[in-house]
Amino acid sequence: MKTNDIILQTVAKVASLVIILFSIYIFFGGHYSPGGGFVGGLLASGAIVLLLLAYDLKTVANMLPVDYKLVVAAGLLISSATVSGALFFDAPLMTHAYQYFELPLLGHTSLHTAVLFDLGVYLVVIGITMTIIQTIGESE
Amino acid sequence: MNNLVFLPVLLPLLTGIILIFFSKYIKIQRFLSLVSSSLGIILSCLLIGKVHDQGILALQVGSWEAPFGISIVADMLSSLLVLTTNIIGFAVLIYSFYSIGTGREKFYYYSFVQFLLVGVNGAFLTGDIFNLFVFFEVMLMSSYVLLVLGGTKAQLRESLKYILVNVISSALFVISVAYLYSVVGTLNMADISRRIAESGQPGIITVIAVSFLIVFGLKGAIFPLFYWLPGSYYAPPIPVIALFGALLTKVGVYAILRTFTLLFYHDQQYTHELLGILAIFTIIVGTIGAVGYWDIKKIIIYNIVIAVGMITFGISLMNEQGLSGAIYYTIHDMIIKAALFLLVGIMAMITGTSDLRKMGGLIQAYPYAAWTFFIAAISLAGIPPFSGFAGKLLLLEGAVEGEAYVGFAVILISSLLMLYSVMKIFINGFWGKPRAYKDADLVPVSRLAVPAALLVIVSIALGLGTEAIYPYISQAMEPLIDPAIYINAVLKE
Repeated sequence: MKTNDIILQTVAKVASLVIILFSIYIFFGGHYSPGGGFVGGLLASGAIVLLLLAYDLKTVANMLPVDYKLVVAAGLLISSATVSGALFFDAPLMTHAYQYFELPLLGHTSLHTAVLFDLGVYLVVIGITMTIIQTIGESE
Repeated sequence: MNNLVFLPVLLPLLTGIILIFFSKYIKIQRFLSLVSSSLGIILSCLLIGKVHDQGILALQVGSWEAPFGISIVADMLSSLLVLTTNIIGFAVLIYSFYSIGTGREKFYYYSFVQFLLVGVNGAFLTGDIFNLFVFFEVMLMSSYVLLVLGGTKAQLRESLKYILVNVISSALFVISVAYLYSVVGTLNMADISRRIAESGQPGIITVIAVSFLIVFGLKGAIFPLFYWLPGSYYAPPIPVIALFGALLTKVGVYAILRTFTLLFYHDQQYTHELLGILAIFTIIVGTIGAVGYWDIKKIIIYNIVIAVGMITFGISLMNEQGLSGAIYYTIHDMIIKAALFLLVGIMAMITGTSDLRKMGGLIQAYPYAAWTFFIAAISLAGIPPFSGFAGKLLLLEGAVEGEAYVGFAVILISSLLMLYSVMKIFINGFWGKPRAYKDADLVPVSRLAVPAALLVIVSIALGLGTEAIYPYISQAMEPLIDPAIYINAVLKE
């Protein structure tokens, strides 16, 4: 008889959504509180790993049809583009800038280019973790 | 503000990233990496010109002032080494096009070559001791992948050893940096140097100096710590060996040169004498290896060990001739080792073996490759019109001035045996009766010989133009003798 893991699958669906939300929260809170791109990325890949445990590699690959190696490359590209952006403003490389904006809903908010760098880190961490886990999982 | 200083690092980084997107399109990968490495050569020439005009350039990354942010510092020594690295990268890339095979090319080979260049250029240019560690790791991680890429049995076995040794030495690097940080409280090399000078190098700093010597000795293969090198450099394909042999150990040697002239120069009685003794033993061990083997790759690999010994001997002398000899010899050796590995690779590919006793008579069918090898060989040994001569002459002058007569004799004798070891390859491999080789027609020898010949031409130019190059070498040597020049340029006092 086939084992039935409907409870695991239902819980995993809900829980992974909550974990991803939490990882986004951690990611954006990184400037003022513990957290940032690295932990955020690890949490997000943790959510995907939970889905991998509840389902199998193929189903998850159908749910999230991404090539994680390209995610790594995109993350690196975002980070290094942020770093080299200073070239166009006649400033030393890796010089970051910030500005306050009046945003709808959020109000008086400071936006900092370091977030873009962190976004790169976030993507690289997700990409690397998922590439490692998928590659090991697929090889016989 | 000189963003030019960081561009030799940023350019291969961006190229390597973009190449990931094109992993299945080999033509695009080849084209992009070729464009990028030619741009790299141009950039580093510009950098040398600027450093020649304006003195040491320091970039305070992220606009944070010197001891608090990361400084990227280009003095003449770093700029010359960056140019050499880029030239070697360019030649090895062209060689890879015809020899590495599509299987490896599709598995991110070119990306990892670019990342290796990021690590090497970064290690040469950084002015921060922890940043040096990070660039070492960038370089080593890429070298792990390049070593194991392809997955043959020998590669897997040797990469295990190589990774084990380097993980241990990297851990020791972190521990040494931690000790140093807890004593001086800063990571910027110029600031560390200033604070060590203020305290006059107490005993604990000398202990840290020796632990740094062990770390960089493990990376750069000096005497008791070279044991991992012959096996690890034997396993990967030829273009990868050429990159490793020309660049990796030299980064370790550069780090010894930088730390022992900028940071730990107050207790030379102990540290530099130790360095001198180890250097002489390194030369002796390398010579024994080079003379003893009948395997063409092994012979050149042991010649790396000899060169590392020669350069560290020059550093241990701490006088003008010794240091400029070490600089000149480093540049010469990087180029000539890459050329020799590429040529030996051609021989191994034609004959299908690297055992010298199973080949012969190659000069009949491949005269150009043979004479290129001949010039490279006598240049390695230091015959006057070629590039090995000036560096060795300066080293010998330095040895006389520092009254290191044992070293003087060892250098001379080892030069003779170096010549013997490479002439053995020439005589047994190229002369004699031609034999029939099974797959010789499949090897594009004329194309493969071009990058090697390019490197040999650079080396000849380096030898004939010694007069023209010497001002650059002596400018590179000045901050090594007088660290105040370096410190003032970074800390702007």
